[in-house]
Amino acid sequence: MSDSLSRMLDEHGNVVEGVDPATLPPLADLLDGYRALVVARRFNDQASALVRQGRLAVYPSSHGQEACQVAAATVLGEHDWLFPTYRDCAAVVTRGVDPVEVLTLLAGEWHCGYDPVATRVAPQCTPLATQLPHAVGVAHAARLKGEDTVVMALCGDGATSEGDFHEALNFAAVFRAPVVFLVQNNKYAISVPLARQSAAPSLAAKGVGYGVPAELVDGNDLAALTSVLAAAVERARSGGGPTLVEADTYRIQAHTNADDASRYRNDDEVAKWLPRDPLLRLKAYLTAQGVLDAEREAAFAQVAEEMAAHVRAGSAGEGTADPSELFRHVFAEPTPQLREQSELLAAELTADLEAAR
Amino acid sequence: MSTTTLTPKITMAQAINTALRDAMTADDRVVVFGEDVGPLGGVFRVTDGLTASFGEDRCFDTPLAESGIVGMAIGMAMNGMRPVIEMQFDAFAFPAFEQIVSHVAKMANRTRGKVRLPMVIRVPYAGGVGGVEHHCDSSEAYYAHTPGLLVVTPATNADAYGLLRAAIDSPDPVIFLEPKKQYFSKEEVDVTAPVPPIGRAVVRREGRDATLITYGPSVPVALAAAEQAAAEGRDVGVVDVRSIVPFDDETVCAAVRATGRAVVVAEAPGFASVASEIAARVTERCFHHLEAPVRRVTGFDIPFPAPKLERHQLPGVDRILDAVDDLQWEES
Repeated sequence: MSDSLSRMLDEHGNVVEGVDPATLPPLADLLDGYRALVVARRFNDQASALVRQGRLAVYPSSHGQEACQVAAATVLGEHDWLFPTYRDCAAVVTRGVDPVEVLTLLAGEWHCGYDPVATRVAPQCTPLATQLPHAVGVAHAARLKGEDTVVMALCGDGATSEGDFHEALNFAAVFRAPVVFLVQNNKYAISVPLARQSAAPSLAAKGVGYGVPAELVDGNDLAALTSVLAAAVERARSGGGPTLVEADTYRIQAHTNADDASRYRNDDEVAKWLPRDPLLRLKAYLTAQGVLDAEREAAFAQVAEEMAAHVRAGSAGEGTADPSELFRHVFAEPTPQLREQSELLAAELTADLEAAR
Repeated sequence: MSTTTLTPKITMAQAINTALRDAMTADDRVVVFGEDVGPLGGVFRVTDGLTASFGEDRCFDTPLAESGIVGMAIGMAMNGMRPVIEMQFDAFAFPAFEQIVSHVAKMANRTRGKVRLPMVIRVPYAGGVGGVEHHCDSSEAYYAHTPGLLVVTPATNADAYGLLRAAIDSPDPVIFLEPKKQYFSKEEVDVTAPVPPIGRAVVRREGRDATLITYGPSVPVALAAAEQAAAEGRDVGVVDVRSIVPFDDETVCAAVRATGRAVVVAEAPGFASVASEIAARVTERCFHHLEAPVRRVTGFDIPFPAPKLERHQLPGVDRILDAVDDLQWEES
């Protein structure tokens, strides 16, 4: 199952030969999914614009990977957990977290911006693959407590080279933890191409070594992704253990605004992926099905614009917290040493204020 | 000393085992896992019988992967449990270093206090057991240098019990360093005594002439040195730090101010060490009370020479007494 690509809609929005159209997700769900794709794309564009304006420190865009972002979030129930990386802002937004809060970290703040317990979204993780064992732990604890929580753990192709990817998959399998691992294979880890990460026939093929069922799916096909991920979530929820899903996709833009992709790949390669855009094919399908017209498209664009305006308004202020807060959360009760250091900083700030008067 | 509620003499391993048992009985969120901690009961038998008593969901073996063990504990703590995990040996904990530094230590801060990790990482540490290569290390400085970790090390069986109960009850992650050479030393333990707060040092021996500041496996050595000094006419006190983070400046500095002379004793290599931090803090805070520079007696800055030459590395009574002799007595 792991060496053949699972796909439902081709690049033109046609149902792939051999796929029974009745097995596609319901049209209403796909229409909601399309709206989420439009919002996610707008979010990516808006965040990139904020970087150019100097209002965000950096933004690793998921432009081109929005189908993965949307599917990963929408297949989860209210009490399930999402474990995102820094490139998964759009998934967190789709999950329902305030997009302004989602961008807190990338704006240069020292904290993740949202309440992980209330939102059931772990802090976006920077050190590659290190969040995956946490996802296993949340899932295993849920199982021990008799809860039917499922955890969606995200990572990229580069992260599959890390030891924690291996350890997380192995632990999840041994403990039959209800985790779905979604690898967004976007072909690059900053500049290093997939061929330098792995000689495996596919990243999904790695599941065999752990005894974890795996699936390779077209990462730009929201219908296929939703079907595969929803089935994996259901299997995990019913005690069937973890699943590894590799989404075949592409990082259309550079790693971040600080990266120059022209140093390691050519435009022709990027151009080949542009027609495979996840929005184009779903739009074509929904239009052909008669559920998406210009009016509805405009309504979705309006929703996306409102979100973008909210993001712009939210990122206009300074937003920097009281510096004394730097000492407040390190421990439940600050140590005598931290109290002393906090007082030192407070005295410095007071002196600065007086000097400026 | 009261003797009314003392247990029969038990080993430090048994004291820790009793603490785990009592914590697991008191709170069903407490789970114990790691390598060989299940049916075997741990290579030092610290978790002996826990799986039999509490079942495989409460005390279990994991795949052999320290980063995965710590990472899974983080997730379980995020989801309401209180994991107590074992790193089999100090030098086997290093694969978990990134999880400890990047996540265990930082989770509360990066979530603005919304996600605290009430977890304990038990690490058998230091030398003195004749362990072969990679079985003995003194890794306390790595942990102490990482903001966000509480770092505790008992020197007595009573503290092993009490401090572990306190560590398990702590809302913050605790690195619990167990001096492995003391696992099988027997002492009486009062399990009904109040749980000692994390962050308080204790004076193990009063002394008027000089103060030995030490922790963990070096406490018994320092006490033996003080005993020897007394025979030679010097009244040397011993302060057991117990909690490296947070550090009890108050108790340590009070003891030093009373004597004006201090030697810090620890097994770890001295360069950039916990002993160095203690010496610096004491110097900064007690300078005008000092009759001599604060001395350090530590391990040499060499890879741990286990086991045939180990005795040359570990601070011994003679080396401590030589340092005490060096504290400029002729000028007072």
